[in-house]
Amino acid sequence: MSKPKPTDIEKRVSAAGSTVTQSSETLLEVSDLTTYFRSSRGLVRAVDGVSFKLDRGKTLGIVGESGSGKTVLARSIMGLLPRSGLERNGSILFEGNELIDFGPKEMRPYWGAQMSMIFQDPMTSLNPVMKIGNQISESIREHLDVSKQYAKELSEQLLVSVRIPEAARRLDEYPHQLSGGMRQRVCIAVALACGPKLLFADEPTTALDVTVQAQVLDLMATAQNERFMAMILITHDLGVVAGRTDEIVVMYAGRIVERADTKTLFSNMKMPYTEALLKSIPRVDQPSHLRLSTIPGRPPDLVNPPEGCKFAPRCAYAQDRCTQEEPPLREITPGHEYRCWFPVGTPEGAGALANNRAQGTTATGLVFQEPEVATTTRGDG
Amino acid sequence: MEDLRPDAVPGGSGSAMEEIVGESINRGLLGAPAEISIAAIETGGEGESSRHKLSLGAKFAIGWMVFVILFAIFAKLGIITWGDPNESFTRCARRGPFSKEGSVSGFLAGCDSNGRNMMARLALGAWSSLYVAIGAIILGFTIGGTLGVIAGYFGGKVDTFLTGLFNIFLSIPGVVLALALVAFLQGSAEQAQDAILSPELILIIAIGVVSIPLVGRISRASALSWTQREFVLAARSQGAKHRRVIIKEVLPNVLPAIFSISLLGVAIAIVVEGTLAILGVGIKPPTPSWGNIIATDRGNLFTSPHIVFEASMMIFFTVLSLNMLGDVIRSRFDVREGVL
Repeated sequence: MSKPKPTDIEKRVSAAGSTVTQSSETLLEVSDLTTYFRSSRGLVRAVDGVSFKLDRGKTLGIVGESGSGKTVLARSIMGLLPRSGLERNGSILFEGNELIDFGPKEMRPYWGAQMSMIFQDPMTSLNPVMKIGNQISESIREHLDVSKQYAKELSEQLLVSVRIPEAARRLDEYPHQLSGGMRQRVCIAVALACGPKLLFADEPTTALDVTVQAQVLDLMATAQNERFMAMILITHDLGVVAGRTDEIVVMYAGRIVERADTKTLFSNMKMPYTEALLKSIPRVDQPSHLRLSTIPGRPPDLVNPPEGCKFAPRCAYAQDRCTQEEPPLREITPGHEYRCWFPVGTPEGAGALANNRAQGTTATGLVFQEPEVATTTRGDG
Repeated sequence: MEDLRPDAVPGGSGSAMEEIVGESINRGLLGAPAEISIAAIETGGEGESSRHKLSLGAKFAIGWMVFVILFAIFAKLGIITWGDPNESFTRCARRGPFSKEGSVSGFLAGCDSNGRNMMARLALGAWSSLYVAIGAIILGFTIGGTLGVIAGYFGGKVDTFLTGLFNIFLSIPGVVLALALVAFLQGSAEQAQDAILSPELILIIAIGVVSIPLVGRISRASALSWTQREFVLAARSQGAKHRRVIIKEVLPNVLPAIFSISLLGVAIAIVVEGTLAILGVGIKPPTPSWGNIIATDRGNLFTSPHIVFEASMMIFFTVLSLNMLGDVIRSRFDVREGVL
């Protein structure tokens, strides 16, 4: 039989993917990336001066509410945003190559083969009228010079690797014949098909049943380790990134408000927003039927953001200074930077809290609510 | 979306034979959607079995279309003939099946004002009418569909330009535009002496051009909504080229909508052909079409109404059936949307 040996195929996939397994080498370096959309109301500052580095094989978590610019940031890095009305500046270095000026034509060799994306809703990210096998082999054949039969074998192996039972039969099925979790596995298989070096996972488990969320996340972690692939995990749920990422970036209003390695972020968070996000996760050790804590208000208008700190109108720590001066992103310890005048767990922060507690309102007129200090890490999620 | 139609259960009407024919035709015509609804049953979709049954109206529509198409093809190929459609039988001119003078045996549908066999003329007329209508819609749907999908997919300036073009064409009344096109094309065909364009082809082009913006707008809307689905972005993020995304991702999803509209389009084209015939630019007599049968004998409406009536009924039932079939296709296609 002409059936190629699995090892052979795996070699080809890995050859298309990461070239050499060099640890702690910068894969992606984003500096001062801005992404604005021109609209009739004015310039929408969806991503406003974001910088970070990502090493090969590492995982970066991007956390923030809806509308904080997480998805736009990911699509902006990949160059997948519609180009009309778009203003994108800054620098995106991928393996030392500057991607900021690349159009779709220049980006095409990168898409799928170098960087790939998993989308939020597996219900809509698969083509309803195309067989699953074809959806996977499509991109294999686009990037790797292999025969149809070869691509099919590869697709089957990919389905096996994302733990889809009866993979051979599934190749000939349509997406609607699979459950949500299965579809997300297929999406992962599609994204992994050409062995990318960087995988964006844009809220990959948000649309899934809670029971399969952990499975899918574990699967992605396994795939990542096997392939020495870097991953950017985007989520609004700090519980998802806890224990699964090396570093976390917290975004608010298109900016990074805190960046730290995962352990530091959970144990020594400085930004009140991070604290509020963590507080809003229901905890197992809380008594049942306790009112869930929320962050009051809503994310700011990205066309006319407030003066000063963008989070001030919703922040329990807010002082007059916060409404006048925007805090810079300060690196306090190596690898830990944040954007706040009155950081959590510092004398300044405690003073600001005491002041607001005494007045009953914050400097922005918000009724003061005690931020229940998140003392310990939430474990490994 | 439960199928609440009371006639979903096959009644005593409609022979078993017709049901079988209808069902098999349906499978053939609607290959993909039928396949998908079968698959949905296997995965335990709800209410699929009732959707799988055709309503009485749909069965009638399929039966009628099979009849008309066979009627037309057999007459054209001469397999079943009702005699020469242009042969005059003066003794039975203007006599219909229920006329005062009594019907003439051998002429089931009576004769027209020139004593020509109505049955033969209706059958050949069916051929011309369907040929022109289907041809026009194929033309309209190829060009209109392509332009519409391109406009919907690319958006931006391409979309603005093409939509503007469609709107300009739409602002000209369809019949006027078709009339102008026929006049223009006939004129150039006559100058060229050896007419390359037959009268039927001229009509096909005229009606086809009129249908381009209609189809274009519908396929643009459909393509626009499918283009915004995440799987299109997902395909792009895997490095697929525009052409491939359009052909493999967008088009297969847009086609059912275009196909369903195309059946309605054929119905409209049949009516337009009739209208043009009455305005005197349809298919040239003596070649019969349903339109020119009505046009020629509309003066005899009071003395021998059967001529206009029979041709009108053919148009009426055909248009009705095509509309019903369009609905059937649309609801089948909705099943897949529902399963998603």
